[in-house]
Amino acid sequence: MSVAIDVRNATKVFGTFTAVDHISFEVREGEIFGFLGPNGAGKTTTTRMLTGIIPMDAGSVTIFGHDIGKEAVRAKQRFGVVPETSTAYVDLTAWQNLMLMGELYGADRARAARRSHDLLETLGLAERSHQKVREYSKGMKQRLILAMALLHEPELLFLDEPTSGLDVQSARMILSMLRALNADGTTIFLTTHNMEEANRLCDRVGIIREGRIVAIDAPEKLKSALDRLHRIEVSFDGEIPAGDLASLEGIARAERTGDKWQITAENPDQAIRSLVAFSGRHGAAILTLQTLAPSLDDVYLTLTRGREP
Amino acid sequence: MNLRWSSDQLRRAWAIAKKDIRIYYLKGPVLIFGVFMPVFLFLAFYLGGRNLPLPFLLSGLTGMALFFTSTAVSPAIFPWEGQARTLERLAACPVTVEAIVFGDMIASVLFGIGVTAVPLFLALALGLPLLQGVVLAFAVILAAFCFSALGILLAVPPTNVPSNIMMLSSLLKFPLVFISGIFVPLEQLPAWGMALAVASPLTYFVDIVRYSLTGTHSFPVLADIGALAAFALVFTTHAMVLHRRTLPRRI
Repeated sequence: MSVAIDVRNATKVFGTFTAVDHISFEVREGEIFGFLGPNGAGKTTTTRMLTGIIPMDAGSVTIFGHDIGKEAVRAKQRFGVVPETSTAYVDLTAWQNLMLMGELYGADRARAARRSHDLLETLGLAERSHQKVREYSKGMKQRLILAMALLHEPELLFLDEPTSGLDVQSARMILSMLRALNADGTTIFLTTHNMEEANRLCDRVGIIREGRIVAIDAPEKLKSALDRLHRIEVSFDGEIPAGDLASLEGIARAERTGDKWQITAENPDQAIRSLVAFSGRHGAAILTLQTLAPSLDDVYLTLTRGREP
Repeated sequence: MNLRWSSDQLRRAWAIAKKDIRIYYLKGPVLIFGVFMPVFLFLAFYLGGRNLPLPFLLSGLTGMALFFTSTAVSPAIFPWEGQARTLERLAACPVTVEAIVFGDMIASVLFGIGVTAVPLFLALALGLPLLQGVVLAFAVILAAFCFSALGILLAVPPTNVPSNIMMLSSLLKFPLVFISGIFVPLEQLPAWGMALAVASPLTYFVDIVRYSLTGTHSFPVLADIGALAAFALVFTTHAMVLHRRTLPRRI
């Protein structure tokens, strides 16, 4: 698979503070890459360096082979950006904003008009396309910003906290559009605080802490690497002997908490089979059974422990 | 072709200019500093009883109008865009900083030329002859570029508070008006005043307007045009180089 974004030793220093410290990673074509980290870890600075908005102090970034420092225009032509804090021109209408983007990306007028019409329809803004953006809600503005980033049909999309603070409807609409875009081949670089969003959307995630990358992998691999011992929570409809439970095959430890048992197991599959057999032998039916594998939240909190303000 | 000046980038600069025209022409500070200020200054001197001839004052008003209007839009665009959080989006587009600066300059130039047409028509309506129409038209365009580049240059400090830049711009603009032969003929200036006058691009434009409308002038016309062109070039190149450095600090 070819590389969409290639980051080598990218560094950014503000005065005496190193915001991003020699980070290196690749984003492959066609994948959704999640970029996670606590506030102030360097996520937005990294995204701004990757998109050529601010220059790097050291290192290099290439987008589809174009160096963002030396061939900024060619590189920028290949991607769209939904910045974290930037907005559309509120004194212009949605239509005027989109047509402006068309001109700035060199799209011909007819194509830009067709594409604007389609995007406004898809994102539920068609009826208010000739209204000034000043009168839009936050969710509508964010949908418009996504439409502006997509107008030139980019192969790569950068999104910095695209659903932060949005109503459920707008957030769902944006996420479902991202899935559809990715299914059509668009590479997505997504900066987010929302672990659930990252877990459900991303093929791989990178976690940054204090300007350094501390982990990069698929969410499931990160979770399994975090803790080799899985937890299982089980409850029975009657009393069972505690010592017997702890000695079952696949179970390392069993502790009672209220009417439930907290089981620690190295092999969750073997442990569950043992529990089912045990319940049959003792005539105690299983009421509830839950496997508690580490979540992406756990991974994130472990790797960024004590850093979230 | 150098990408910074390709036809693509020029088209994108024009798109930026159109956006500026739609958004910024009717902003309060632009109208106050670009339109009302030169009118009130003119009226203050005209009604002030200094017995200066009307053709002299109308030539001065034309020069002042172009100077104030061309420097009204350009200094405020960068801070406004920074404050409105639209600059980051613009910086992420495939547009060079030079094209952004040039687009802002075009918007400023058109505003200057459009508003300056009013005192020019007024001068002609009041019976002043148009002795050098082609020279005047060329000078208006050249001076509009020169003044709008000066305006963009004034916006280099990376502040996102437009009033800071407007204040800085006024601090420079008002003294220039008084040393550029608009209200006081250059010949009546003391030696130190003359030394300051030759350092002001406005002096050369007012001299050309006076030459075109009254036939009198203080410097050879070619020297006026050469000086305006040199100022325009210096302001434009410096504005582009310095904005490339300071733009990331506005975001």
